[in-house]
Amino acid sequence: MKVSHILQKKPYFPSLVRINSKPITMFGLFSLSIFILITIIGPFLVPNDPFTANMAERLAPPSLTYPFGTDHMGRCIFSRLIIGSQTTLGITALVIATVILIGIPLGLLSGYVGGRFDSFVMRLADGLTALPEFILAIAIAGFLGPSLTNLMISVVLVKWISYTRVVRGIILLEREKEYVLAAKVGGCPTWKIITRHLLPQIISPVLVLATLDVGKVILIISSLSYLGLGAKPPEPEWGAMLNDGRPYFQTIPELMFYPGMAIFILVLSCNLIGEGLRDKLDIKSI
Amino acid sequence: MLQVKNVCKSYRSNKVLNDVSFQIQQGECLGLIGGSGSGKSTLAKLILGLDQSDRGQITLNGIDFQCLKGTELRKARRHVQVVFQDPTASLNPKLPVWKSVIESLENYPDVVPSFLKDVRNDKKQMAEILLEKVGLNKSLLERYPHQLSGGQRQRAAIARGISLQPSLLICDEPTSSLDVSIQAQILNLLKELREEFNMSYLFISHDMAAVRYICERMAVLKEGMLVDLFLSEDLFSKRRHPYTRRLVEAAAEN
Repeated sequence: MKVSHILQKKPYFPSLVRINSKPITMFGLFSLSIFILITIIGPFLVPNDPFTANMAERLAPPSLTYPFGTDHMGRCIFSRLIIGSQTTLGITALVIATVILIGIPLGLLSGYVGGRFDSFVMRLADGLTALPEFILAIAIAGFLGPSLTNLMISVVLVKWISYTRVVRGIILLEREKEYVLAAKVGGCPTWKIITRHLLPQIISPVLVLATLDVGKVILIISSLSYLGLGAKPPEPEWGAMLNDGRPYFQTIPELMFYPGMAIFILVLSCNLIGEGLRDKLDIKSI
Repeated sequence: MLQVKNVCKSYRSNKVLNDVSFQIQQGECLGLIGGSGSGKSTLAKLILGLDQSDRGQITLNGIDFQCLKGTELRKARRHVQVVFQDPTASLNPKLPVWKSVIESLENYPDVVPSFLKDVRNDKKQMAEILLEKVGLNKSLLERYPHQLSGGQRQRAAIARGISLQPSLLICDEPTSSLDVSIQAQILNLLKELREEFNMSYLFISHDMAAVRYICERMAVLKEGMLVDLFLSEDLFSKRRHPYTRRLVEAAAEN
């Protein structure tokens, strides 16, 4: 009997209350909440219509009417940033949710059923990981053509792999454990073993993986938009705004500074939260 | 009651069990002794229907497990239950104890063990009675496994093992991960339960003293072969297999 097992108190259900110990994690949480808040109440905040071009006022410096100035089409940068967060955060949330919904069942089946299905899924994953994630996303997005839907499809196609792998690995480990065997001997049907015994074991790791991935997904989305493979103008999106400001980089660097900072702070806070969660939930494999 | 006949099992080219045959009578306790890697746990898995043997027959109450699948296997399984070695791994860390304990009863709603007759529809009460049977206070019902001591966890695992009132309980080294004072308590508990429910045990262990204490007969497994099978009182007889005698000597030295 190991004393450590009795004293050890593992958090079984991750909650925000439990990650409050590290100030830096709290900072990430705080700044992400602000981003989310801005996304939700954004439409009521914007001083100007983010789509109205006003060539007379193009490239204007910051003023009371245009807090961050205007871009090359005379559109309010501040308003575009705020409305753009809807695109960036919304697509990211949708991508992460889709990826989890695809990755968990695939990983569960692969790990638990095994056999041919497992080999097929794993070879497919191996094949897709032969190329770096980002290059593959560019290739798929380029092949499908520029649009937000295609952008999402390409990111999902790249991202499901790591989730499936993580889930499969945990299942392979857990299914041999004695409590699963005991459940089988106790007459548990397969679906019940999966939902009652195996699924709870993968929730924390997947949660950590997802929070750490939010930053990466935002970067991929912004990068693809920067390359012109994502949001179509005049749709405001941070990556696309970076691209819009590129020709004026030498003269008016603020055009790239504002969207760049927005991306930077958002990615940073997501990564801080993810790492705080990982340390707190004591997951070493990710 | 349990009949194991000429059972062979290999993993790849590695022969784990070679022509193993024995029987267990109703209410009897057979001790299975052997060093690590002798195939003890594989044999347990085969009897539990968690794995298929390559050759041979395993019948429980006349039903052959090996050719059953799906629902049929599930039905037959309730007569044989198990208590594993490591009570930490054998309880789901994310379920409170009472849910683990009565899980099997939920899976077999039509099974009504005699001691649960009156409360068969009340899950909490069934768990309470089961915990009481294994000497655990009902205040532990809502605890999670990591909040229990090793001995308490093993008692909870035993409670799950007897919940369906099986005719055979396989104990796979149930005491070897516990400390000595707790070992004796668990052995006594197993002994009492066996008398109360007239269960048969297949008691797997490498602890000679424990096996001799609880079992009427002993079987010795060496490299997948059953080398010796005898009544516990004959343990020190001159007719024992040399390997058995070696095990006895080794145990005496400790």
